[in-house]
Amino acid sequence: MSALLDTAAPLPGLPDPVHDSQAAFRAVMNALARPGKPQKLDTGDFQAPAPLSNTAGAIALSLFDYDTPVWLDAELAGSSQVWQFLRFHTGCPITDDPGEASFALVSDAEHMPPLSSFNQGTLEYPDRSTTIIAMVDKLTGAKAVTLSGPGLKKPAGFNASPLPPSFWNELAAIHAQFPRGVDMLFVTQKQVAGLPRSTRIEMKGR
Amino acid sequence: MTGPAESAREAAEGEYNFAYLDEQTKRMIRRAILKAIAVPGYQVPFASREMPMPYGWGTGGVQVTASILGRDDRLKVIDQGSDDTTNAVSIRAFFEKTAQVETTTQTGEATIIQTRHRIPEKALSQDQVIVYQVPIPEPLRYLEPRETETRKMHALAEYGLMHVKLYEDIARHGHIATTYAYPVKVDGRYVMDPSPTPKFDNPKMHGMKALQLFGAGREKRIYAIPPHTTVESLDFEDHPFKVQTFDRPCAICGAEEVYLDEVILDDRGGRMFVCSDTDHCEERRAAGHVGEAGGNPLEREGAA
Repeated sequence: MSALLDTAAPLPGLPDPVHDSQAAFRAVMNALARPGKPQKLDTGDFQAPAPLSNTAGAIALSLFDYDTPVWLDAELAGSSQVWQFLRFHTGCPITDDPGEASFALVSDAEHMPPLSSFNQGTLEYPDRSTTIIAMVDKLTGAKAVTLSGPGLKKPAGFNASPLPPSFWNELAAIHAQFPRGVDMLFVTQKQVAGLPRSTRIEMKGR
Repeated sequence: MTGPAESAREAAEGEYNFAYLDEQTKRMIRRAILKAIAVPGYQVPFASREMPMPYGWGTGGVQVTASILGRDDRLKVIDQGSDDTTNAVSIRAFFEKTAQVETTTQTGEATIIQTRHRIPEKALSQDQVIVYQVPIPEPLRYLEPRETETRKMHALAEYGLMHVKLYEDIARHGHIATTYAYPVKVDGRYVMDPSPTPKFDNPKMHGMKALQLFGAGREKRIYAIPPHTTVESLDFEDHPFKVQTFDRPCAICGAEEVYLDEVILDDRGGRMFVCSDTDHCEERRAAGHVGEAGGNPLEREGAA
């Protein structure tokens, strides 16, 4: 209760809701259609309350509404600013059960919970799964994995950091149960990269 | 005449939201599109809206286009390959009015192409998106009317029934007689209806550089094929998939290996076969190609 009482009004939403959310959506769409290839996402003057990054905030305001239960990691769930901001602008229910979430927002990607705790959808309805939006520092550096499959003309290297050490093993295991699975969006300050469940992941040194 | 600036102001004063749909509807459709891309070939249910045109006129495609469209996009709309038929003209006018976007008839110029049942002859690029209007998205529907059953068949990748159907074609006609809406398998997993495009266009779907989105308004389904995805037309080893061939090139532009439409010229049995893709035909004529008719006979008569 106190979380709702102790702060001022939430920060403003997207300056031009119609066109800004369209731009954020197109960046996310292209990111999922071209796995691992970072797409530019310019958020302009828009400011999301920390620890929510501007890019993650813009994606949240573009895609969340009363139909999408959202799971927040401990750092985000602990911020009344973030709660207020999301509740006020999107009306999304906030859940503490990752298995129930349509979207998960993760600000501390290194300490992300196991991917198997999120909703994987069912064989009949694979679309009823969680899309995880993970805030990472960078999408560059030594390639941790090689991606192939739909959206990729030829296999391409990919890395995002920081991530938990077991992350790629977990994700490969989840992708093996296609069409069930989770879809990943990695966001930095200016970019978004997608990793849909259709992508085949090969670990280096195997 | 109202200029673009003026019509933009009108819209801002409350005529229509950008691209007609309200923002909540767009969000819902956008989420469905993202899932469709993540699970290529799987039909994602969505809450299709009533549009200011009847079902069967491309309401699914229109809703998908409206949800992805931005101010800077350039839209092309085709109906059976033509930019000038009723359906294409009215959908193009719809977006000119509700979104004030630029439109074009040139395949190479467009960023979004909405199509009813053809894929342009010119190869699409990675910066383009093609949106298909789909009447019946479920390839198994005529074989199994129950949604609960077809859903289970997709879940278990149980597609034997579809091969039985193709086999029955062979038993009856000696070859696979399906010529349009020819079923494909996407990325080795989901069997998908490519919408009633002629099977001539099926090979273009395989490894296409552009993102392909499919919208079925009445049936409330959205599905997708990401770029560079394997799309196989179902067939048998001894009856491999083959596309239609035409004896003669286009009568107007002389193009070969394109899909042709039959055009009746008079009431004495006169006819010609011409490119179904009107933009492709115009582009070739502009480049100096001439077919056996030596130009467009309809234009000469002044009938066009």
